[in-house]
Amino acid sequence: MSNKNWMPRWFYQLASPRWCYQITGKLMPGFILAAVLLILAGVAWGLAFAPADYQQGNSFRIIYLHVPSAFLAQSIYMTMAIAGAIGLIWKMKVADMVAKSCAPIGASMAILALVTGAIWGKPTWGAWWVWDARLTSMLILLFLYFGVMALNSAIENESTAAQATAVLAIVGLVNIPIIKYSVDWWNTLHQPATFKLTEKPAMPVEMWLPLLIMVLGFYCFFAVALMLRLRNEIIQRERRAGWVRELLIEK
Amino acid sequence: MNDMGTKIRKLGQLSGTSEEVFRPGSVLLATIRRELLLAFRRRSDLVNPLIFFLMVATLFPLGISPEPSVLTLLAPGVVWVAALLATLLSMDSLFRSDFDDGSLEQILLSPQPLFMVVLGKVVAHWIMTGLPLTLMAPLLGIMLFLPAEGMGGLMLSLLLGTPTLSLIGAIGAALTVGLRKGGVLISLLVLPLYIPVLIFGTAAVEASVTGLPVTGHLALLGALLALGFSLAPLAIAAALRISVSG
Amino acid sequence: MFFESFGEFLAMGGHGLYVWLSYGFGLFVLILNILLPLQARKRLLIQQARRLRREEARS
Repeated sequence: MSNKNWMPRWFYQLASPRWCYQITGKLMPGFILAAVLLILAGVAWGLAFAPADYQQGNSFRIIYLHVPSAFLAQSIYMTMAIAGAIGLIWKMKVADMVAKSCAPIGASMAILALVTGAIWGKPTWGAWWVWDARLTSMLILLFLYFGVMALNSAIENESTAAQATAVLAIVGLVNIPIIKYSVDWWNTLHQPATFKLTEKPAMPVEMWLPLLIMVLGFYCFFAVALMLRLRNEIIQRERRAGWVRELLIEK
Repeated sequence: MNDMGTKIRKLGQLSGTSEEVFRPGSVLLATIRRELLLAFRRRSDLVNPLIFFLMVATLFPLGISPEPSVLTLLAPGVVWVAALLATLLSMDSLFRSDFDDGSLEQILLSPQPLFMVVLGKVVAHWIMTGLPLTLMAPLLGIMLFLPAEGMGGLMLSLLLGTPTLSLIGAIGAALTVGLRKGGVLISLLVLPLYIPVLIFGTAAVEASVTGLPVTGHLALLGALLALGFSLAPLAIAAALRISVSG
Repeated sequence: MFFESFGEFLAMGGHGLYVWLSYGFGLFVLILNILLPLQARKRLLIQQARRLRREEARS
């Protein structure tokens, strides 16, 4: 018995869709507030108050969208793979639902990072698309998201779909560092010493502090978007449960 | 009918009796022998990826230009991309016929380690596609005016790279085996994962064309292969269990 | 404030088009990520409530 209780209590509570539905309902207002405040503050600071870059001028302000979305796209893939693994190992339904809800949000963040990168590239490199190592890795990450989403929608049975997607997401997670390394290496091979968008020697505080605020705001935003999708998913899959019935009758 | 008989007989060898000692090596060999025998019964399936390989390589001079100077530049990439697509094309059938006639389920139920059976299937697949593609590559190299110095690099890189392609592709094949429309889906799942192999493979060919040492690139391809060899069968086995039970 | 006037703020030192295009698209993506699940939730609740009524009418 003793060796079975090595996980904290909340871990097992998470396994209950009902508990999860209630706790996300309680947590959501706080995260919404934090996301709105942080993103508004970050955007205002980044757009209006931060100094312009001495080389790129004001186009560098795109960094406050590009970097947070790129961060988020990578973290969401990791979240998705870990949630998928938990679902595979502990047969936890909620983890499967989290993994499924992550994919579209992560894909949208990858698209945002790519589009802002392309727009930023126009004034910086003079072309809408450059085969820069970071942009290329992000494009491949987007392809990985597409694969996960396509597999999930192709399999009819919900639990089979969740398990198959989890395996694919874990394989992708193992591959991401290899892909990243190989693309970086390929990039240095073909275009030595190009001008990098975001690699700056020592950014001043007025520049990176708003960036930090934006990154935090984006993480809070991800929490909100994830909870919204997760709650839908819970209702959809638990539609036969008694508490969902009561919830539906209340409305 | 003869085909079916072999299938069942070979399956019998696979499952064995429970008192027998586990001999992973013999499981591997038995699987490879079974797969090869089955493949030689249907020779057209063997030849199709090779013809595809040749056709793709023919399209490039027609689509771009027959100019030797242009083709020389493109050759490493074109041969590698063509090999990659040919492998991908042959992937869908890896578990398909076993799944359709139920022998896949028998394999999953048998007491033999699934890791070894799966590895055997992938190795057999490589012997039937990757190896012939590697042997055929110089022909494509000549068609695309790849300099003679590059041939060695091309064949060595394909020899080390195509097994990795088979291993990764088998994960996709295992995940989609239960689906009717698996073909397009497989390429969607697997192509992004092929990118590192493509990058290091073409780099090895380019290095050998320019006379630079290729050992570094080949070592990287070998590292990818070692990683794939040890991890991919786990993922393939897990994916097969999910696809078949669901 | 980094900029002298509002017009300068909009122009972004000649890079206005790129900056505002990025931020516009960013806003679009964020709103979409909130709006789509909310819409799905509305549809889901109506659909499930209808199913519930149907089942009750049958029993």
